[in-house]
This record gives sequence, C-alpha cells and structure tokens, in this order.
Amino acid sequence: MYNFNYHRAGSLAEAESALAAAEDGALMAGGQTLLPTLKQRLASPSDVIDIGAIPELANIESAGGAVTVGAGTRHADVAGSAAVASAIPALAALAELIGDPQVRNMGTIGGSIANADPAADYPAAIVGLGATVNTNRRAIAGDDFFQGLFETALDEGEIITSMAFPVPEAAGYAKFPQPASRFAMVGVMVSRGAGGVRVAVTGAGPSVFRVGDMEAALAGNFSAGALDGISVSADGLNADIHGSAEYRAHLVGVMAKRAVQAAGG
Amino acid sequence: MTAETGIGAAVKRKEDGRFLTGRGRYTDDINQPGQVHAFFLRSPHAHATINSIDVNAAKSAAGVRAVYTGTDVTAEDVGTLICGWNVVGKNGEGHLAPPHPVIASGKARYVGDPVAVVVADTLAQAKDAAELIDVDYGVLPASADLATTLDAGAAQIHDEVPGNMSYDWDLGDKAAVDAAFAGAAHVTKLEIVNNRLAPNAIEPRAAVGAHDPGTDQHTLYLASQNPHVTRLVLSAFHGLAPEHKLRVVAPDVGGGFGSKIFIYNEDVFLTWASAKVGRPIKWTAERSESFMTDAHGRDHVTTAELALDGDGNFLAMRVDTIANMGAYLSTFSTAVPTYLYGTLLAGQYKTPVIHVNVRAAFTNTVPVDAYRGAGRPEATFVVERLVEQAARETGVDPAELRRRNFIQPDEFPYQTPVALQYDSGNYEATMDKALGLADYAGFAARKAEAAGRGKRRGIGFSNYIEACGLAPSQVVGSLGAGVGQWESAQVRFNPTGNVLVFTGSHSHGQGHETTFAQIVSDKLGIPLENVEVVHGDTASVPFGMGTYGSRSLAVGGSAIVKACDKIVEKGRKIAAHIMEASVEDIEYDGGTFAVAGTDKSITTAEIAFAAYVPHNYPLDELEPGLDENAFYDPANFTYPAGCQICEVEIDPDTGVVEIAKFTAVDDFGNVVNPMIVEGQVHGGITQGIGQALHEGVVYDGSGQLITGSFMDYQMPRAGDLPSYDVDTTVTPCPHNPLGVKGCGEAGAIAAPAAVMNAVTDALGIDNMQMPATAEKVWRAANAG
Repeated sequence: MYNFNYHRAGSLAEAESALAAAEDGALMAGGQTLLPTLKQRLASPSDVIDIGAIPELANIESAGGAVTVGAGTRHADVAGSAAVASAIPALAALAELIGDPQVRNMGTIGGSIANADPAADYPAAIVGLGATVNTNRRAIAGDDFFQGLFETALDEGEIITSMAFPVPEAAGYAKFPQPASRFAMVGVMVSRGAGGVRVAVTGAGPSVFRVGDMEAALAGNFSAGALDGISVSADGLNADIHGSAEYRAHLVGVMAKRAVQAAGG
Repeated sequence: MTAETGIGAAVKRKEDGRFLTGRGRYTDDINQPGQVHAFFLRSPHAHATINSIDVNAAKSAAGVRAVYTGTDVTAEDVGTLICGWNVVGKNGEGHLAPPHPVIASGKARYVGDPVAVVVADTLAQAKDAAELIDVDYGVLPASADLATTLDAGAAQIHDEVPGNMSYDWDLGDKAAVDAAFAGAAHVTKLEIVNNRLAPNAIEPRAAVGAHDPGTDQHTLYLASQNPHVTRLVLSAFHGLAPEHKLRVVAPDVGGGFGSKIFIYNEDVFLTWASAKVGRPIKWTAERSESFMTDAHGRDHVTTAELALDGDGNFLAMRVDTIANMGAYLSTFSTAVPTYLYGTLLAGQYKTPVIHVNVRAAFTNTVPVDAYRGAGRPEATFVVERLVEQAARETGVDPAELRRRNFIQPDEFPYQTPVALQYDSGNYEATMDKALGLADYAGFAARKAEAAGRGKRRGIGFSNYIEACGLAPSQVVGSLGAGVGQWESAQVRFNPTGNVLVFTGSHSHGQGHETTFAQIVSDKLGIPLENVEVVHGDTASVPFGMGTYGSRSLAVGGSAIVKACDKIVEKGRKIAAHIMEASVEDIEYDGGTFAVAGTDKSITTAEIAFAAYVPHNYPLDELEPGLDENAFYDPANFTYPAGCQICEVEIDPDTGVVEIAKFTAVDDFGNVVNPMIVEGQVHGGITQGIGQALHEGVVYDGSGQLITGSFMDYQMPRAGDLPSYDVDTTVTPCPHNPLGVKGCGEAGAIAAPAAVMNAVTDALGIDNMQMPATAEKVWRAANAG
C-alpha cells in the first residue's frame, strides 16, 4: 500500500468537496475492492474519501411501489431487511449470496455497482429489476448504467446516493458461483412486473446483459418450460480456467430456468 | 485418575484454549528490539537471464539498511540450498542436483525466484525501495509443462542437466512383469495425471533472524516442522554458524502439511543477513508469496497397467511416471516419487510382481516436495483407480475383486515385490466394516432414487495403505537419505511432582501437547494437567527430527515411552531404598510403587521429591534427580491401512458434484486420543476431496502462475462437504511399544481415489483427470 490522505466524510456534501479537492481521489464505501487493490499496490490514489459512514446513504425505504436502498447499505443489511424481504425477496436472496459474512458486513451496494465488476451480483439486480440509480446529480436508468468491463455511466465527481427498485410481481435470482472466488460465474435475475419481463445476466460476459429471446418467451408464458430451446450464443462471453464461454452460455440457460422457478414460475 | 485422561481417552486438546482465544504465539507475533524488515524482490518471469541489477537508487532510499543481490550473497559463501536425499538412478549414478542459489544469480528459473532483497526499517520502506531496483531480464522460452519438459526441444533449465531430467529410477523385476503381462487374460490401462497442489497452511511461512554480537549467538524464529534439521542444514551446509551457536525456534505453527519441512531461501538469508546488518530481520510471506514460493505437492503424469488372470487375480502391475521437481530440487523432493511412491504400489494386494519407472523432471515452476501423504497418495491413486477400473472391465463387483486379492491376516509379515515388508493388518475386516457403515447393499436403491430426481449417483472405493513412522535409520540411509529418522524424548520430573516432557517432534496442529501428555499421564500415573509438553526450540529440547509422514506418535511417542520406562526403572530403586525392600519386590502400577505382599507403597510424586531432596536416598548407587532421556529408532515403518467409500451425486445440468456420503474405516493400530484421530481423519479426507474436486495449481505455457490467489485456487469449504462416517479397526503395530501406526495423512491418501472412482461410476466413464471441475463433469455427462 502506498501512502494516501484519508478523509472520513460525515455527509454527502463533505464527500463531494473532498473529492473535488483531491488531486487523484478515490471514494471508498465498504472497501472490499479498493483495499485489496491498494494493498497489492495496484492503485495509488492521492486521497481516499471514506463514504462508508454517511448516515444519509445507509437507509432502506419501501414506499410508492418501490424499494429505495441507500448506496451505503451493507450487503448484510439488504439481506436482512424485512422491507426488502417482503417487497422483493429475490433481492434479499441475491445479497445473501455475495461473498462471505465478512464481505457482506463491509461491502455496500453502491460500491459494488460503481465498481461494475463483471462478476458481481448486484448488476443483475439493477438491470433485472429495472432499477434506477440515483446520484448526487441525476437519476440514471439501470439499463444505461453499466457500459462495459468496470465501466459505468458515472461522470467525474459523481456519487451514487441510492437505487430505486420497482416492486415486481415476481422475481427470482439463480447463481452459479465461480468455485474459488464465489463471485458469479453466471447469475441470472428474472422479474415480471409493470415494465414487463426482464432477464439480466451477470458474470457471463464483460458486463451485465439482457436476453431478449428469453424475455419474449417468458412474457407469454412465465414458466421455466418456456425457456426450453432458447440458447445464448457463446460469442463474446468470458472464458477462464473455471469455465469456457460455451459452458457459461449453457449455464445462462440453466440458471435462467432456476431463476424463473425461484420466482414461482 | 488416568482412565479419563490416559491412553485411549478422548481428552479435549490442552492447546486449544490459547488457539481459540487468539493467544497462540506464532512467528509473526515475535518482535525483537531494533527489528527491521526484509522484502524479497522476485522474478516475474518463469525463465530469464539476469543481465544486470541496478540497486543504487534502492540503497539510498529512505529507511534502507541494505540491498543484496544474488551476486552479493554468493560472494559471502553461504552455500546453495541442498537436497537431502540422493536418489540413485538406473544408471547407477546419483540424481542431478544443479545449484539452487539462495538468491538467484545469472538466471531466474520460476516466477517467484528471489533476485534481490531489501532490508529496511519498515516493510513499506523495503517495498518502496524494491520498486527502485532495475533488473535487466533477458526473457527465455520456459518449460512449464511436465508432460513435455523431457522432450527434445524443451527449454533447457540448467546447464548441468541436459534434457531437464534429474534421474531415471526404477524398482521391481521388469522382465517378470513383462512376462506376466504377456500371459494375462485381461489388462487394464489408465493414463493418470496427479494434479499439482498448493499447500496453503493458514499461517504463511515466516521468519525472524537475529544475532547477538555479545555471545555470537544466532537465533532463527521460523514457522517450521523440524527446527533441529533446519539448524543442522544451516550450520553444516550453509556454514552460517556452528550448531552450538545457532538456535532455531519454531513456536506455535499454524499448519504445515509438509511445506514447512524444507529449508527455504528466506531461512538461509535471514540467518545470514541479521548478523551482517546487525539487526533482527523479519519476513512474513504474503499469501501471494505463499502460492508462488511454498513447495507445491504431487504433480505426476503416469501410465499404469494392471494384469489379471481369468479369475480376477492380479498378476502384475506396470507403472511409468514422470514426476515434477519444479525448477530446483527441494529438500526431500527426490524421495517423494521414489521411495515414498514406488514402494507403495502393492497396496493391500498380493500382486506378485510390480515394476515402476520414475523420471524426475525439471520445469520452470516452484519446487515440488512432500505434501500431506507425499508419494503415498499418488501411489494409492494409481492402484485404486486401476483396481476399480479392472473390476468394471471384468464385470466383477469392486469390493469382491479387492477381496479376492487381499493379503490375508495370516500372511504377515508380508514381503511385497517393491521392497517393503508389511507388519500387520486385516484388510478384509476393515472393508467389511466400511461396507456395513456405508450401507453398500442399499446403494442400488439410493442410485435409483437419485435418478428419479434427475441426479446421477455413483460409488467408489479406496483401499489404501501407507508407510508411516519414518523410519528405520539404516534402511533410509541405504536408500540415500542424508539424515537418521529416529526421535528423541526427555521426561523431567520437577521436585513438586509435575513433569516437563521435551520432544523432538513438532506440533503444528496435531495436538501433541495433549496426546503426548496422555502417554506420560498413563505411564507415570500423574494427572494430565501436571504434564507440560515442550517442543520446537533447539535450545531446550534434545535433537529431534521433527514431524512429517505421520511419524510423531509412532516414533516420537515411542521415545517418550522409553523415557518413561527409564523413570519407572529408577523409581523402583528409589522406592526400594525408601521402603527398605529389595528392588525385585517393588511392583509398579499406575503411578504407585508398592512392596509386594505388603500395604507399603509410595507414589511417583514422592519418588520425585526424594530424588531432588536426597536425604533418604541411595546416593552411593544412584544419581539424584529424576530426569531421563531416550532416543527411539524404529525397527520398521508402520502400515496404517483402511477402506474409504465415497458416494457422489452429479447434477447433469451443471456438472456440479456433491459428496453425498463419505465413509472411512481406518486401522491405525492402537489409538491414544480417538477425538484427535477423528479430527485428523476429517482434515485428511477434506484435503483429499479438495484434490479430487477443487484444487489444482495452473501455470500457463509461459510459466505464469494462473492460480496465484484464493480468487482462482479453490480450497474445499465446509459447505462443499457432508458429515463423514468415521470408524476404526485395530490391529496393533507389533514393533513399537504403543502399538500405534499413525493417522495424519490417511484421508489425504485415500480420498482422491474414492471420489474419482465414484465420479467415474456416476458418469459411466473410464477415466477423468483431477480436479473434476463442474465443466469437465458437465461435458462428460452430456457427451455422446
């Protein structure tokens, strides 16, 4: 780890000004990606601005047909939230599958999606549930937020404040973990709601993506059987020692069916 | 008193209080006044010439005390790292052991090979300075693939070793084996890759070197399994200090699995540099360094064949193996795929003739050496995969085929065709107990039920044998070992009747502080809490050989028994004097010396007091004090054996393998602490399952380590595993005083074959290489 200036922001405004003043600032919420990166000397920010203890970023509200989760909410708090469990149980179930207890007790939902790791679980929830990402400057549709490998729509100095998840009629998440890291090798969130059916896949490609053929099939018949015969192309999917692109493509089909079953379809 | 705490009692571990409450004291917990830190700059290339190293900027960086390159260290005559077992090949010559520099000089030969060391006041300063070192590498083609490293055209790793081969060794009667194959009714043949494993002890390797200029005493605190052997090597082969001026302390050690037996670059460097710099120096491996630099395990490529007659009797076995040594020969690397592998290929069976050929090959990877089981897991995997496959090919039930070929209980001692003489065993009784516990008869119904759920269920056996209790010194000496393999013990009464037990064995998770105390409590009739076991410090315990190869109880425990016997013998004389009886009339039982036929008696505690306050004491015949030591050199190896049965369920949609049921019945001879034994079995099985399903070191073609962290190297986790059904049978070892055989490696030896036999059974295929990853299994499940 290289030396850096550490700031603990007490409010969003403090975080914004510290970030603006820093030569090369990095925001840290739960630190579950940034800290290992710093320890391995793979990053050398001049300033680390800790937004992990800002009260206004860590709340969960359920109102008006949506669940709004503050960006600083820990994975364990999403997993254990009664409001989330009653409105969108698939979201609570997804949070429970992230990492291990230590990671879930430190890592935050905002940190996860800002990092846009291609194998993270939350991108599947943002896109698969049709969420809106709120920042200190604007609201970004979930579909527009993830733009590639570790790439998001966030501008310089922009800080995620919350995510608003519309409450679906039904939703389910199924994950095939990479066996060592337990990140998603393939994770599929399926939902049916006012905005129609969504099928979002994380882990398989460089960034979360939707599967139009599956959404169309499920729109007419929301059951696992409706996905029979629908396959995803292996072109452009990730491949590593844990799974080829072809295997990942196959798993998308299996996990999509299991997600539909988890959604009660 | 001793019924609850003596031999055979499931006593809770004395050491767990401190471990579970964070009060253990590991090497990294040790800090010396004035201590500074070392950072090892390591080669990022698997194979490269080191054309030049510019350390000037690093030397003048903040906090830097010294910077050393390979050239600096070589000039100081610290020697090169040794291999302590000379394997003589078919050509009658010893293995080729090219120089293994402490710091690479001229050439780096694996990713992680140290090329320079910075010593600085803080670790951060050392790392900062290391970034200023400019190494001019000339990157060379690497030979990182075991299967091709012996081929013509492979990159040549050492000038001294043309063709990258350290030795070409064989054992057994080749002509007889070939003749038996020629006349066989059936031959089963398998190509087997025994996958490479990273040891991954929870505590990484760590060391603190220190030198006291006042006494010229060197001290090395080290996460080690055998501090005396380390001291001997550092002294005799590296010349760092004479043995009496060098102290090696292995305090609490958090797991070893073999990886902390060996003498590593860092051990030599810190001992040397702490005197040179004039400050204590600490180094603790980061996890990525552990993956890169701890000696790995296994890594064989093998062709194996079994010949059978028409009745399913084994006629002969033929095995051809290439064993990976990595870039250099580690301390005991050469013995692992030869004397700990080839000699075990008889397994539990009466195969009359066996021939094994082993070629030891260099690659541009970290050195490979002993890892839990060390050669014996590789042997068991070959034998038990072959036997299972032969049963399938000949249509005989796998249990029945084994039964037909078992060595029978009345045939011991049994001379195998591969050098060993088994001492005792009852393989059929052990298997029968396992068949019952596993409900083998009910398997067909379970398989049908699983099929109804869309799952494929399979069952597999592994009837393993191991040679433990290393070892008769003269036998291993004749085979090329550079050391003896006895063990030492000292039992010292204090005047108040409590006891210190000094052992040359070393506990790094095995529970010696409890097991050894139970032996002493039992033999001397004193409460367990009055016995303290001391180990790991060359300044306080007698010279010992350390802990590996499931040897500590069989050899170290036997030494303790011998020392206790000497205590009792002396106690008789003291008791006879005090009670005014003749020594012949003194009867000893459970801590009490009594005069036969009278009600006169005296306890060991009273004897101890009399020995240290010898007012009424036969000083003309007997020295005062009650403090005895003993050395025990075993008459033979011990031969634990058992039967493990695994049942798996495979999800054909994903290829995920679930261990549905795992049964282990082991014959460890007598058992001192059944709870600790069960824990050892559980740990071993878990590592075995890890090898079969999860673990595997991967280097790419250029020698880069792909599985360099837990993000990519998969250890088995609790959630991957069922509860195991574990039991024992007992045929006592006939040649050591405890009748014990050793239990530490059994699970790791047996489980891989049991799992893979179950996986291939479930899939209905002949073969699959470990680890059986989900994608591999999915492809096999959906092939054709």
